Amino acid sequence: MFYREAGQFKSGYAADQAMFPIPQDRYVVIAIVAFAFLGVPLIANEYWLQAILIPFLVFSMAAIGLNLLTGYAGQLSLGTGGFMAVGGYMTYKFTTFWPELNIVACFLLSGLCAAGVGVLFGIPSLRIKGFYLAVATLAAQFFLVWTFNKVPWFYNYNPSGTVTAPPRTIFGTMFTGPEASAPARYLLALSIVVVFAFAAKNLVRGRVGRSWMAIRDMDIAAEIIGFRPFQTKLLAFAISSFYCGVAGAMSLFLWLGSVETEAYGIDISFQVLFMVIIGGLGSILGSFLGAAFITLMPILLTNAPQFFGFSMASDLQKHIELMIFGGLIIFFLIAEPHGLARLWQIAKEKLRRWPFPY
Amino acid sequence: MAGPETSPAEAILEVENVSLRFGGVQALSEVSFDVQSGEVRAIIGPNGAGKSSMLNVINGFYHPQEGSITFKGVTRRRMRTHEAAAQGIARTFQNIALFRGMTTLDNIMTGRNLKMKRNFLLQALYLGPARREEMEHREFAERVIDFLEIQAIRKTPVSRLPYGLQKRVELGRALAAEPDMLLLDEPMAGMNTEEKEDMCRFILDVNGEFGTTVVLIEHDMGVVMDISDRVVVLDYGRLLADGTPDEVRRNPLVIDAYLGTVRD
Ligand SMILES: Nc1ncnc2c1ncn2[C@@H]1O[C@H](COP(=O)(O)OP(=O)(O)OP(=O)(O)O)[C@@H](O)[C@H]1O
Ligand SMILES: [Mg+2]
Repeated sequence: MFYREAGQFKSGYAADQAMFPIPQDRYVVIAIVAFAFLGVPLIANEYWLQAILIPFLVFSMAAIGLNLLTGYAGQLSLGTGGFMAVGGYMTYKFTTFWPELNIVACFLLSGLCAAGVGVLFGIPSLRIKGFYLAVATLAAQFFLVWTFNKVPWFYNYNPSGTVTAPPRTIFGTMFTGPEASAPARYLLALSIVVVFAFAAKNLVRGRVGRSWMAIRDMDIAAEIIGFRPFQTKLLAFAISSFYCGVAGAMSLFLWLGSVETEAYGIDISFQVLFMVIIGGLGSILGSFLGAAFITLMPILLTNAPQFFGFSMASDLQKHIELMIFGGLIIFFLIAEPHGLARLWQIAKEKLRRWPFPY
Repeated sequence: MAGPETSPAEAILEVENVSLRFGGVQALSEVSFDVQSGEVRAIIGPNGAGKSSMLNVINGFYHPQEGSITFKGVTRRRMRTHEAAAQGIARTFQNIALFRGMTTLDNIMTGRNLKMKRNFLLQALYLGPARREEMEHREFAERVIDFLEIQAIRKTPVSRLPYGLQKRVELGRALAAEPDMLLLDEPMAGMNTEEKEDMCRFILDVNGEFGTTVVLIEHDMGVVMDISDRVVVLDYGRLLADGTPDEVRRNPLVIDAYLGTVRD
């Protein structure tokens, strides 16, 4: 009864056009963001930050990126890992080439590189759709990872083939490199994700988002009312790959610290796709829910058996994890394509009507 | 079709000798007619006569093998549909082509897209100009919503709407583009009498208040005779007759083709 739309008359379209038209939603979002910035660094320990929260943020960023492309614009992509690799390796190149350049600027520049690569691999989308496009993006994935593996210039001719995040500071605080503290890395990742999540939300509720959804829902009609399929799809590839690129950079610099190309392999592409499907296609909130679900699930599976007092072999646990993912994906694809985000929506609608069933 | 008011200078659209083939199927053969600025022009004919194909040629979705289309003085044979939209042609479809994952309001807002210029960076930040633009167009969309009396379903996903309302939303999306010429492919098909009356009223109001030229395909003869200024009759891809509703109704060829569906 406290959560409702009725009785909250908007004084004009401006209020109705707001990002969160219902005040309760707005308060909850503000509260969560405030808690994430102020509360979490105080109470979360190293393990929580490093093993749960930072990867959650990295994957949220990538899932938002893929959701813009697949959920909103309807272009299926299996190239997420490859675009993340572009972000990771290019940030490494930028920051080792210009050590004075602010690390966030390096992230953004590498995001632009990923956007360019995304556009290039998005060109086939003008001719092919669905499954065939997925195969084309799969080719992008393998090609990109292969390139970063085989061209030593990308890892500065390091004989081991790994790239390691060098220490970088912003305003005297160390944010990357082995010395950087987990809370600092967490806060930087959080800032980036919050800014870009709001930007994504703004994009999808405006003309750009409508153009993507129009192309997704019915491309012929979209063109007939004036959207240009070429520009619309390529913009989706560009922006999506930008997000994935920045996520890849965050993965190397704020989470893992040192990677080989495996960190951007095809598994990552699938994992991010699962997040988007389970969280909800065409929902920014869903990207977060999916990322949370998939980063938390393995941890839950590791700890739950111990909690109940029996032990489980780690490979069995891995298999159970895959089975649960598989089952859930089939469930969501068939029963609820809008994923956890939609379930949340339904729960809210119920709450709004409570205590009346109809 | 002769007469002082049909001089080519006033024609917003001229279709000349258009022929369209799909493999062996001759969908249109040497069809010529014109549409005057501000009129309601009906295209009628039996199933498979080539009516929808004609609309598809006009808005650039099909490319005729022969003939030309002149819209607002610009002649073209081939053009992309989004270019036709930019020239001021909007349309609805025989089988509803709404964006099913979007709400009524968003569907109607898509109709405004050609009028929105702000780039995606401003939109991402939702800064001044982008925000003002969004608001301006929202206001226009609300005018369309008021006009079509669909305020109550503004935020409803269109896939949940009944057929008649979907047709109305589709008209709204086309109107939101403020087109010079509106192409309607069977806007009243499958509607009950009351819904048809509403739809007729909307079409006449759009035509009367905004001077929008309307080209519509319709099977209901009563409706055609009531609301159109002139009628084109197609049969097996050929132009069978062209004239005022009365002329067409009396034309023996038309009476033959319809075998009594048109009664004197
Ligand atoms: N894309 C297409 N490919 C092949 N044949 C087509 C295509 N579009 C139309 N046709 C053919 O062209 C002819 C005219 O079809 P059209 O849809 O224009 O008829 P119509 O007058 O709109 O009929 P209806 O009243 O049933 O809507 C038909 O024989 C149809 O099969
Ligand atoms: Mg037809």
